[in-house]
Amino acid sequence: MMADSALRHVVLSDGADLDGFRRAVRALASARVSPDAVVFMTGAAPDLFGDSFAADAPPVALPKGVGALIASVVCHRDPERYALLYRLVFRVLNGERALLEVPSDPLVHRLDLMARTIRRDLHKMHAFLRFRRVAGEEGERFVAWFEPDHFILEATAQFFIDRFRSLDWTILTPVGSMRWDRLSLVYGPPAAREDAPAGDRFEEGWRDYYESTFNPARVNPKAMRAEMPKKYWRNMPEAASITALIREAPGRMAGMIDREATMPAKRKPERALEAMWDQEPKTLAALNAVIAAAGPLVPGATQAVPGEGPVGAALAFVGEQPGDQEDLQGRPFVGPAGQLLSRALREAGIDREAAYLTNAVKHFKFEERGKRRIHAKPTAGEVKHYRPFLMKELALVRPRLVVALGATALLALSGKALPVTKVRGPLRLDDYDGYVTVHPSYLLRIPDEAEKRRAYAAFVDDLSRINAMVA
Amino acid sequence: MDVLLSRKLRILADAAKYDASCASSGAPKRKAGRDGLGSTTGAGICHAYTPDGRCVSLLKILLTNYCLYDCAYCVNRRSSNVKRAKFSVEEVVTLTVEFYKRNYIEGLFLSSGIIKTPDHTMEEMLRVAKSLRQEHQFRGYIHLKTIPEASPWLIEQAGLWADRLSINLELPTADSLAALAPEKSGPSIRGAMAQMHERIVEAKEEKRRFSPAGQSTQVIVGADATTDADVLRTSASLYGAYKLKRVYYSAFSPIPDSSAILPLKPPPMQRENRLYQADWLLRYYGFGVEEIASGGEEGMLDLAVDPKLAWALKNRGQFPVDVNTGSREMLLRVPGLGARAVDRIVSARRHTNLRLADVARLTSSLKRARAFLTATDHHPRAQLDAAALRERLVEKPQQLSLFG
Repeated sequence: MMADSALRHVVLSDGADLDGFRRAVRALASARVSPDAVVFMTGAAPDLFGDSFAADAPPVALPKGVGALIASVVCHRDPERYALLYRLVFRVLNGERALLEVPSDPLVHRLDLMARTIRRDLHKMHAFLRFRRVAGEEGERFVAWFEPDHFILEATAQFFIDRFRSLDWTILTPVGSMRWDRLSLVYGPPAAREDAPAGDRFEEGWRDYYESTFNPARVNPKAMRAEMPKKYWRNMPEAASITALIREAPGRMAGMIDREATMPAKRKPERALEAMWDQEPKTLAALNAVIAAAGPLVPGATQAVPGEGPVGAALAFVGEQPGDQEDLQGRPFVGPAGQLLSRALREAGIDREAAYLTNAVKHFKFEERGKRRIHAKPTAGEVKHYRPFLMKELALVRPRLVVALGATALLALSGKALPVTKVRGPLRLDDYDGYVTVHPSYLLRIPDEAEKRRAYAAFVDDLSRINAMVA
Repeated sequence: MDVLLSRKLRILADAAKYDASCASSGAPKRKAGRDGLGSTTGAGICHAYTPDGRCVSLLKILLTNYCLYDCAYCVNRRSSNVKRAKFSVEEVVTLTVEFYKRNYIEGLFLSSGIIKTPDHTMEEMLRVAKSLRQEHQFRGYIHLKTIPEASPWLIEQAGLWADRLSINLELPTADSLAALAPEKSGPSIRGAMAQMHERIVEAKEEKRRFSPAGQSTQVIVGADATTDADVLRTSASLYGAYKLKRVYYSAFSPIPDSSAILPLKPPPMQRENRLYQADWLLRYYGFGVEEIASGGEEGMLDLAVDPKLAWALKNRGQFPVDVNTGSREMLLRVPGLGARAVDRIVSARRHTNLRLADVARLTSSLKRARAFLTATDHHPRAQLDAAALRERLVEKPQQLSLFG
């Protein structure tokens, strides 16, 4: 196709007309129109002045960064923005595909600066816009009046939706408005400051906060104005305090320095200080109350399942975590694995009632499959969340031997991930004489009956050795 | 707003303002659900600036400024005569939610004086965070100050609700801590930092959320005799051992009702500013502490020029650096070239030979940079070795932005 050199007039809508510009670029690029042969105009009725384009011009494939730059720069108020952007597109399509990688190029530099201006404008609107609450029959609504420098209203919509999805809000600006009703967004006409409510009952509190968080010993209005220029102040309720804060700062500062160090008015609160260092839970009941109050540190769980058994028990058995039955009853080892453990203990001659039974993780972690709650293995990090509880619990029970049932208990007790099969048997666990064996639920999962019997016998053997160790 | 609540807010915001951190960055991107409130964009937003030039991003308050501790540098120490107040858990939640709905803040930064016991105080703070997350479906930013003397299980819970945790180191050396903060101890502070670090790393690996924006700390500068070099050595060791996101430096500033054992004069604000610049060099510019310290005298940074320029002036033999061929590492050492400018230079020079006018479009500080670099049409010649170079580049005395 031959390059077309006749002068073209492109008329786009007021504001950020990204769609119009995209259509124009498709048509101009497919006809290979030189940037010098295009005049971009805004606001006039297209059918009066503009050239019409074929609506079926094919899309133009541009590098990723170029599309983003266009979307940003069209928001700029500079009347030259479309001409500059088309110049960029033309160069990118004609041999300079990597043009954006040359930020020292004068055109790229200028567009970068424009994009940076838009980013700042967006950022300031996200930051400095203030909602005021309106009480209505259908609940509360929030309305804001803001004056952005550029055509960025639509570009800020997603930010406010993501943040205030459950609120009914309206943003009014001199160039347009938008309303989110919790379900959908509707753009509206330009508005005036008077259309927004005049005050809000929390503004005074916000000013209290703003004034109090200011440190008069570090007054630096220039730094403040660099980030929050005066043009924003009239729409920010806290800005009304600025003048007085600056005026009064030197006096407040001098007051602090002149004042001599004061003598403490109060005596040293000896008893309160003593009580302060005496915060550790002293009984299992007190510790269990702390655990219950913490709530689950893993997803799921109805309630915390504390350990069970007498303080001073010679043997403490530590399992992985409560299962479905334990979670419902609030007691450890009452489900199928617990029943198997009871049987094995009996056969090994250990009195379950005299031993202390607990779990590394105090809550049932599960996934829901239909109506069933399927056990989910706690991660190493989750086991560690519970470790301080477990160590405190053992410190209160003071067992002579701690039995780790399975890998999770072993991790919780030793702080390290170790393979049960390799360390099975006696092992020092943190500050305790310990013994490592399998978890009874492992025995339940063995499919082969003969193998299951062998594993069960080995488990009972372990328990017998354990019993002998504390006899 | 209720008059009593307003009065409490004034007291408890005033009491919290000596904590420099107000960052709301680093949290994973989140959006409000259908019934939820709040989002995080990753970058953090400053919703206002106070006339001290500092950013207001979070509602930074204490739960209470009643305190059993007696840290000499702290306005809230038990022996101080300031006005006292205590928020209820519900009051903090209400303020956070109502301020957030009006777009005043990114979230909450909650700290507290120690009442009854460290555990009791920490449990109250956790109740605030849990109520926001669970009852109000709050997805905004939460920064919790951790109390290192609290039981370890409370730290395990705090990270589940907070975006960021922090423990203030307060003083850079153990001796200073013992002298000025009798209830605190270096080992318990570092122990808690280590515990948080371990959990943060594990959670990241397991794709779970535990203080996803990491942990930070604050060091008070000028309340004791520690040199800048020692402060920076402490920072480097914290960045190394616990992967802290930030170390904040807070120039000890006069407080109402100050303690008799503190120095009478505050350190220059410029010292704090230089420490921040040096900290930046440590984290993003490949400088070591000893290199930075060598730019100053006797362990103190040069107050008249920034630490990168101070180092360059004493190491002129390593310059000029050619913008067209110099390594990224050396370009980062050129005064006036920030990390972004260096990235742009490295990108542009793959396509074109850079002249000085090109460099001028890539950095806003060409004045400082030009004596230390060469370009296709530029060489500093004698400029670089001129005795007057330092003179020419010294900043005019003026009050500087501390958090710009």
